[in-house]
Amino acid sequence: MIHTELLTRHFVTKKEVVEAVKGVDIDIAAGELVAFLGPNGAGKSTTLRMLTTLLPPTSGSAWVAGASITTEPAVVRSRIGYIGQGDGAGHSFRVMDELVMQGRFYGMNSADALARAKELSRTLDLTALEKRRVSSLSGGQRRRLDIALGLMHSPGLLFLDEPSTGMDPHNRANLWDHINRLRERQETTIVLTTHYLEEADSYAERLLVIDHGVIIANDTAANLKATLAGDRISVTVDGAHSSAASAVLAQRGTELSTSAAIRTDHRLDPVQRDGQGPPPTPDDSADVTISGRFQHGTRALPVVLRELDHAGVAVRAADVRVPTLDDVFLSLTGRSLREEEVAAWRR
Amino acid sequence: MAAVSTRTRTAAPGRAGNGLLGDIGAVFLREMSLVLRDPFSVIFSLVQPLVFLALFGPLLAGSVDPAAIGGASPLQWFLPGVIVMICLFGTSTTGSNLLFEITVGSYERVLASPLHRSAILIGKALKELAPLVVQAALITLVSIPFGFRLYPVQVLVGLLILGVFGVGMGAFSNALAIASRKREWMFWGVQQSLLFPLLILSGMMLPLEAGPRWIQVVGRFNPLTYIVDAERALFAGSFSDPAIGWAALAAALTCATGLWVGVRQVARSTT
Repeated sequence: MIHTELLTRHFVTKKEVVEAVKGVDIDIAAGELVAFLGPNGAGKSTTLRMLTTLLPPTSGSAWVAGASITTEPAVVRSRIGYIGQGDGAGHSFRVMDELVMQGRFYGMNSADALARAKELSRTLDLTALEKRRVSSLSGGQRRRLDIALGLMHSPGLLFLDEPSTGMDPHNRANLWDHINRLRERQETTIVLTTHYLEEADSYAERLLVIDHGVIIANDTAANLKATLAGDRISVTVDGAHSSAASAVLAQRGTELSTSAAIRTDHRLDPVQRDGQGPPPTPDDSADVTISGRFQHGTRALPVVLRELDHAGVAVRAADVRVPTLDDVFLSLTGRSLREEEVAAWRR
Repeated sequence: MAAVSTRTRTAAPGRAGNGLLGDIGAVFLREMSLVLRDPFSVIFSLVQPLVFLALFGPLLAGSVDPAAIGGASPLQWFLPGVIVMICLFGTSTTGSNLLFEITVGSYERVLASPLHRSAILIGKALKELAPLVVQAALITLVSIPFGFRLYPVQVLVGLLILGVFGVGMGAFSNALAIASRKREWMFWGVQQSLLFPLLILSGMMLPLEAGPRWIQVVGRFNPLTYIVDAERALFAGSFSDPAIGWAALAAALTCATGLWVGVRQVARSTT
C-alpha cells in the first residue's frame, strides 16, 4: 500500500537547512495498522505530509495506494483519506453541509454524499449536531466530525496525524473504538502518528520509531520491548551482602546496576531539607538495590530468589519491572519520550 | 513483522474526477452555503452600496464639474463605479476567509482532497461575485426612478468583464493570504495599502480628468482604470467605446496572472 525509497525533506530556514526527514524507506502492506512514534519534531508529521502529497519531498520517491506522490499526486489524493492535526471542518460552516461537500469534493453525487453523510453521522454520534455550526461544537465533537470527514469517500488508506492530541483518555478510547470498528467492517489500511506511548503500545500493530528524521526501529511493540529493553529484576539487600548478591544476579542477568538506598530517616531530617546539614551518605549497614536485565523476568524472579537464599543473602524486597515503550526509546536514543508527553499535555 | 518489500498496486479506481468545472462548482457550493444559511449577510451586503450611492452621489453631483464626467448625469457616471467598487472590495478581501481556514486547519483538509488547485481559487472568488449580480441589479433598479437609463445587454457584458476581473482579484487575494499565513497582519497591511491607491487611481470615485496630469498618467497603468471606463461606457449603452476592448484584455490578463500566481501559492502553501 505504501512504499518509499530514500524519502527526504529539508526545510530552509533563515540561517540553515534543517533535515526534517533523512531518506526513509517505508513499506506498509494493505490492511496494516502502523504508527509512527517519536518525539515532537522527529519528522513524523513531515513524513505523513509527504505521503499525503501535502508536502513535496526534497528527494526520494514514494508510491501510495498504487500511485507516485510526485508524478500522480491527484490520483493519490483521490484514493486516500487524511485527518490532520487541525480542525478539518471550517468553523463557519454547518456540520451536515461540510460532510456533504466533502463527498462532492471526492466526486460523489449529491444523493450518495447525503446518504453517506447520514450514515457516518449516525456511527459517529453526530446526528443531533447536523444543523449546528462547527464553531459551536466541543473539542471532542469536532474530532468526531474530522473523522467523519476523513471517511466520507470510504478510502482504502487512511492517514491520521496525531489524532488524539489534547483528548482526554475517555475520548481517546472512543476514537479507537471507531477506528477499530472501521477496520473490522472494511479492510482499511491505517497509518498514524503519535507521541503517546500507551496509544502506540495498545493499538498499533506495528511501530516505526522515528527520531531526528531517521527510522530507528520497525517492529511490533512486543518485539521492540523484548529485544530492546527486556524485563528488569531488582532486589534490595543489606549493604554488607551487596557483592554476594551482585555475583548471583550476574549469573543470569545483564546490564547490572547497583544503587544505594538512602535511609529514609535522613531524608526526613528537617535540618537536611534546609540544606544545612551533611548530605546523606550510604554506609555498609544501609540497604542496597541491585537490578539487572533478564529474559522472562516474572519466571526468572523465583529462581533468582532461591539462588540468593542459597548464597546466604537476605533479600529485603524484590521487584520485576516489565518494560514500556519509553524504555525502548530510552535504550534507542538515551532520551525519554515521557518528558515529551508531559510537555505536550501542558501545552 | 508485517512489512512487505513489493509495491502494492491496489484496484482502487483512478482519479474519481468531477472535472475542473465540477470542482469549481463544488467549491462554489460550499462557499455559498455560508451565504444561504445566513441570509442576513446578504441583506447587509445590499444596504452597503445603496448607502454609498445615496450619500456619495449627491456630494459628487455638487462638487464635480459636469465637463469632467463627459457631460453625463452624475448618477449615470457614478453607478458603474460603485459596482466596480463592490466587486473590488468583495474579491480583494476573500483571502481573509482563506486565512481563517488555514489557521483552523480546514484548508489543509481541502488540499488533501483531489480538487483541482485552480478550482479552489475560482470557486472562492465566484462566491464573492454571486452577490455582486444581485447587488448590481438592485442598485440599478433603485436608480431608474432617479433618471438612470438601463441598457440590459450592455450591463450584462459589463458584469461579465467584471466577473473575469474579479476571479483574478480573488486569486490574488487568496495568494496573498497564503503568503501571509505565518504573519496574519500582513494580509490586511498589504491589502489595504494596495486597495486604496488602486481604487483612487482608477477614477472610480472621482474623475481622473479633474486631477493633475501625473495622476492621469499613473492611472493609465492601472488595469482597473480600463475596467471602470468600460463599465461607464457599457452602462451608458455604448458598445463602440474602445475602452471595452481594453477592459476585456485587462480583465483577462488580471485573471490569468492571478490564477497563475494563486496556483503556485497553493502548491507552496503547506511548506
